[in-house]
Amino acid sequence: MMEAFASAFGLMLAGDAELLGIVGLSLRVSLSAVFFASLLALPVGAAVALFRFPGRGAVVVLLNALMGLPPVVAGLIVYLLLSRVGPLGELGLLFTPSAMVIVQSLLIFPIVAALTRQIVSDLWEEYRDQLISLGAGRLRAIPTLLWDGRYRLITALLAGFGRAVAEVGAVLIVGGNIAGVTRVMTTAIALETNKGNLSLALALGTILMTLTLLVNGLAYGLGEFSRRRYGG
Amino acid sequence: MNQRSVTVAAGLLVALGFASGATAQDRGFITIASTTSTENSGLFESIVPQFEQATGIEVRVVAVGTGQALRIGCNGDADAVLVHAPAAERQFVREGCGVDRREVMYNDFVVIGPGRDPAGVADADSAVESFGIIAKAEAPFASRGDDSGTHKKELGIWAEAGIDPAGSWYRELGSGMGAALNTAAGMDAYIMADRGTWISFDNRQNLEIVFEGDPILFNQYGSVLVNPERHDIKHELAMEWHDWLVSEDGQAAIGAYRLRDQQLFTPNAN
Repeated sequence: MMEAFASAFGLMLAGDAELLGIVGLSLRVSLSAVFFASLLALPVGAAVALFRFPGRGAVVVLLNALMGLPPVVAGLIVYLLLSRVGPLGELGLLFTPSAMVIVQSLLIFPIVAALTRQIVSDLWEEYRDQLISLGAGRLRAIPTLLWDGRYRLITALLAGFGRAVAEVGAVLIVGGNIAGVTRVMTTAIALETNKGNLSLALALGTILMTLTLLVNGLAYGLGEFSRRRYGG
Repeated sequence: MNQRSVTVAAGLLVALGFASGATAQDRGFITIASTTSTENSGLFESIVPQFEQATGIEVRVVAVGTGQALRIGCNGDADAVLVHAPAAERQFVREGCGVDRREVMYNDFVVIGPGRDPAGVADADSAVESFGIIAKAEAPFASRGDDSGTHKKELGIWAEAGIDPAGSWYRELGSGMGAALNTAAGMDAYIMADRGTWISFDNRQNLEIVFEGDPILFNQYGSVLVNPERHDIKHELAMEWHDWLVSEDGQAAIGAYRLRDQQLFTPNAN
């Protein structure tokens, strides 16, 4: 164990180029996925919170349930879509980082949408009378409430990021764990484990967790900074 | 990462940055579906850079079980396959999924087990007999159970022995070679592995080779091109890889790959 931690720090300090590449790809894929998923999930979550429509309860249950979408199922679905014999096969996206962004977006979307719905729903209860007295309709309330809830929403985005950067099943299927092209931290850890190279696998795991810690710390720090600077 | 991979790291970084010019000549890339044994043993890390340097074609390897590799090829998601299940490869060609099967190299399978050999496999005169001894003793046996080349071979030996392996001692794992070895090490089970993965495997715990050397354990690897008439694949580039594997240079590169003072694969293209 201690040996693994020591070698983790050794690896990080040495700045091994291959390792940096893998770390970089992990971050790039998962952050891109958070970005694209949130573009859609934030407004969708807010809309579900604010509007009343038939089947709304079912949508809420579905979003909540899909938070538990197994990564390997998501991977399989995207694999079948992107395979040459699948409907989107012409795009040639299978076994590329783009495919990994797509599958992770699919995993993140329900998490961000469901948490956004909850957050916006709470805010609406709080500010409803105020917003209505200002003459804001529900549609115009969406950007207002998303902006108001931005600090809480960061937690939703971080939950999505954590899910994406930690999963291995989906990116393994659609990425193929190709050295230098689609190998990310989790698939590298799985590969080293399969080689029986357990201490290196654990060292990589330590680095991944340190990374996640840094991203979360950064988000927290930014939130606190702007809260103090611009007010909550 | 190990020293070997550090040498290609510079190239990797460029590729990861989605930057142009991944290689000097930059002729694009091909995707090869292959087996966990070739990847886990480090063979590709050794020979692929030599091919890339010689041709300027980047090779992307997706390492899965032989069964899945053939399906990926049949779907047109790879340009060629390099696998080790001759019967399945011939069927792959018969069904029109692939063309031009060529034999590339071989190594052999070994029967691995706890060093104290509780079932007494070391006394067996053949691989078939060794399996019979394990079954009779009902000693824990870990099967890949994943439709890989190794799994197909193992099932063939059980059939040869006239045994239908079942019961709590026979554990189907559904994992790749390395993962299955990890599990076998954890439960002190017998397992059949390809010699390449075994030599490169680090987490052996009590496991040792308990039986080897029977001709039935011969493990032939073949390269097959995906049928270009079925899918819009990179047939010309894949053909260069296919040709290189059986060329003098390719065969020499395979034969030169050594780990722990042992040669892992023996080139045998005809």
